[in-house]
Amino acid sequence: MAEIIVVTSGKGGVGKTTTSASVACGLARRGKRVAVIDFDIGLRNLDLIMGCERRVVYDFVNVIQGDCTLKQALIKDKRIETLFVLAASQTRDKDALSLEGVRKVFDELIADGFDYIICDSPAGIEKGAHLAMYYADRAVVVVNPEVSSVRDSDRILGLLASKTQRAEKGEEKIKEHLLLTRYSPRRVTTGEMMSVADVKEILGLDVIGVIPESPDVLSASNAGTPVILNEQSDVSKAYEDAVARLLGDTLPLRFLDEPKKGFLARMFGG
Amino acid sequence: MGLLAFFRRSQPTANVAKERLRIIVAQERTARGGPDYLPTLRRELLEVIRKYVNVDPDAVQMNLDKEDGHEVLEFTVALPEKGKA
Repeated sequence: MAEIIVVTSGKGGVGKTTTSASVACGLARRGKRVAVIDFDIGLRNLDLIMGCERRVVYDFVNVIQGDCTLKQALIKDKRIETLFVLAASQTRDKDALSLEGVRKVFDELIADGFDYIICDSPAGIEKGAHLAMYYADRAVVVVNPEVSSVRDSDRILGLLASKTQRAEKGEEKIKEHLLLTRYSPRRVTTGEMMSVADVKEILGLDVIGVIPESPDVLSASNAGTPVILNEQSDVSKAYEDAVARLLGDTLPLRFLDEPKKGFLARMFGG
Repeated sequence: MGLLAFFRRSQPTANVAKERLRIIVAQERTARGGPDYLPTLRRELLEVIRKYVNVDPDAVQMNLDKEDGHEVLEFTVALPEKGKA
């Protein structure tokens, strides 16, 4: 049975798409069959981060409206055999997606033997975000250690607890995890940034990963290569750890401390 | 950190952020679980109180507790110190 995971946050620009792409890659590299779906109707972007923007022929809405089959719309990743991308539609019609339509696509993916369906939620709390989270078994809430992001994440937690199928049917609660991004250990040490413990305490959730602030994220999106595939990068290691934890491993959090710098680097910056 | 950065080191503000979030998140969670009229009720109660005492909106705390079978709405107002009002 496939597990449906929503990557969500409320606030925009915190790293939902980066996280969706890297988590999907990480799971697929472990041999899982993974479909990653862009729910941001009208503002397609996952295709760029995954590096398959020129291979989008059909999209999510085309499948729902019956313009093509699901197989025709799924874009097979060129690097990982078991990874598939379903692009968002660029239509401006907000009602192009419906709960029934989404269910139909999920059922077909499940019947096709997919292990994971990763839903890349749009920002906000409107229809797209609601559809992305509605059928989820798990939620990865992406948060920056910053006031507006933390507050919006709490709002999303409220919606996960009330506006999802599991909540409405009174089934077992969605498993929720926090994933901190753009974490700067140096600024935490100097008291300029809230720590993992602070955010965890305010939101009251377990932390599935802490992704350090790094220029590697921009380089990866420039190149259309999910950052987890840049194995030299600490960001990649941090995402690998998060994927392992999603699969049930217990690992200590890494990259929470400031890297040690030499005397010269400290004097002249870097 | 370079020499220049050392001299214009920014203020440690993380604890301020945490404290503000702790309060606003708790307040929003109360409103979320409760009936829709809570925010309006809070505002109107505050208006009535302000006819008599000049209290700050921050000085008002509202809590909704569920205790076996019944709900308790707790409304706490911190009155200003004498002479300041």
